[in-house]
Amino acid sequence: MNKIFDVPLYAFDRSPDQDAVTPVRHKVILIGAGPVGLAAAIDLAQQGVEVVVLDENDKVSFGSRAICFSQRTLDIANRLGCGQPLLDKGVRWDRGKVFFDNRQVYDFNLQPDEGVANPAFINLQQYYLEQVLVERVQALQAEGAPIEIRGRNKVGAIGTHDDHVRLEVETPEGPYTVEADWLIACDGANSSARKMLGIDFEGRIFEDNFLIADVIMEADFPSERWFWFDPPFNRGQSALLHKQPDNVWRIDLQLGWDIDKEREKRPENVIPRLKAMLGEDVEFQLEWVSIYTFQCRRMEDFRRGRVLFAGDSAHQVSPFGARGANSGLQDIDNLGWKLKLVIDGKAPDSLLDSYNVERVQGADENIQCSSRSTDFITPKSQMSRLLRDAVLDLSEHYEFARPLVNSGRLSEPCTYDGSSLNSADALNGPTQTRPGSVCPDAPMGDAFLLPMLAGKYTLLTIDADAPDMLVEDGIEVTRLALSVKDDPSMALKNRYLGKADGAVYLIRPDQYVAARRDSYEENAFRQAIRRASGKE
Amino acid sequence: MSDLILTPNINDADGFYAGLLAAHDGLDKAESDALNARLVLVLANHVGDNSILTQALQAAALTDR
Repeated sequence: MNKIFDVPLYAFDRSPDQDAVTPVRHKVILIGAGPVGLAAAIDLAQQGVEVVVLDENDKVSFGSRAICFSQRTLDIANRLGCGQPLLDKGVRWDRGKVFFDNRQVYDFNLQPDEGVANPAFINLQQYYLEQVLVERVQALQAEGAPIEIRGRNKVGAIGTHDDHVRLEVETPEGPYTVEADWLIACDGANSSARKMLGIDFEGRIFEDNFLIADVIMEADFPSERWFWFDPPFNRGQSALLHKQPDNVWRIDLQLGWDIDKEREKRPENVIPRLKAMLGEDVEFQLEWVSIYTFQCRRMEDFRRGRVLFAGDSAHQVSPFGARGANSGLQDIDNLGWKLKLVIDGKAPDSLLDSYNVERVQGADENIQCSSRSTDFITPKSQMSRLLRDAVLDLSEHYEFARPLVNSGRLSEPCTYDGSSLNSADALNGPTQTRPGSVCPDAPMGDAFLLPMLAGKYTLLTIDADAPDMLVEDGIEVTRLALSVKDDPSMALKNRYLGKADGAVYLIRPDQYVAARRDSYEENAFRQAIRRASGKE
Repeated sequence: MSDLILTPNINDADGFYAGLLAAHDGLDKAESDALNARLVLVLANHVGDNSILTQALQAAALTDR
């Protein structure tokens, strides 16, 4: 089998910067060519911002790592011009089973929303996501976009200044110095950028270890998420089975705290555990094994002057709920357009502080959800185990107990209630589209609503009048005029109007609602645009 | 917001209490603990309203009296 993680995707290539007499100054440098760094680079390059990505390696990540990608991530990927290959390769799933002890207690169907372009989730190995993103970078380069990835470029020191950042970079052909107006650190949970700047990363360490194994097998297990609490094959612990493309199955086995990690990782110890779970006669190959201890923590501020942190470098969560990579992509979704406006001088520098506020809110929500999942999966006291087991026992017999079962609350985009970019709600409309919410999708004939809202400020009018274009202090807002008649399924009406006859929405470039009213009122919307660009 | 009822509200108090004891008859400590835990969850679901449940948690803690 061809292992894509063995082949360099962005091999070292000597940069002219290494021979420059005075350090070359770039607009934006990103550290880390993982999913978050690559997505951020694509987002900026698509907007014409010059970016350089530095990564100490030259390949996609080893092992499947993040495997579960949410609808919001797919919507973001569409905006970045690479949603389709992810859908084509990913495994779609919407069903799951929950087991307790030796029996199935219930099964579920996520019941995907009707009238949205993307499925609730797909499973895909992280290396495939990275490969798709690298291919998108290459396509942008072919179109002449100002984007570059430098493999085997390891940042050894960071100097911060009022109006730029200076980096010392180590390469196979020696060190060089380079500068950038802005630096985005997407270098993961063990972020060296964070350490070099001496910034704390505080939080809660969970005393537990998990064995993750990717196995290749021709098995009859369906494309479902199977989760076991206290199964006979892993007594007192939990287990998870989930399908990925290429007949690769992700298996997570909780091991407890007091173990010998090196010993547990050896195939002679892993294989008997897997056989106990899958059955003695199931044939499989072990592709990747890892043991991790997880933590829930974040930086206090995701911004330090000209340095911005995104993804795991800024916040870390337990894996239950797929809230790691998905939240990292929500970070860059929030950051890209703001940085572009600040670079172009169309918004004050303080707009970037709203990145910190909004994404800290997102991170806190994710940390709370994943901490609660962890407390359910790994009860910390006799009484919490008793209550947990009571929930599971009841869930087998009564539907009411099933929402209490917590094997991971799957990633959802954060609603930025209280953000300074929001204007007061002036529509008696559905709560799901109140200011601060991400726009829900809706069918528009053969197409969908979300792509029509991507990458620019939009004045969305639904059975309401407004000018086709509004310019407020350099910010251009274009109108998208729709009618409830455009969508016979009534999703547009139900999601955006509710009982109202018409509505005008101001939508941010990241497809979030900034303001809404029952009709167009020029002064109110001019003020809303100012607020949504950090000017009020 | 409605208030948690903390005045007598069970129409046959003695009958209910006898039933509660009877449900635990013949159970060992672990089984009884599990039954109580399930009972709390069943009753909480019936109540549903989180503000009442929060008041119930506070009332049961006996800390503010």
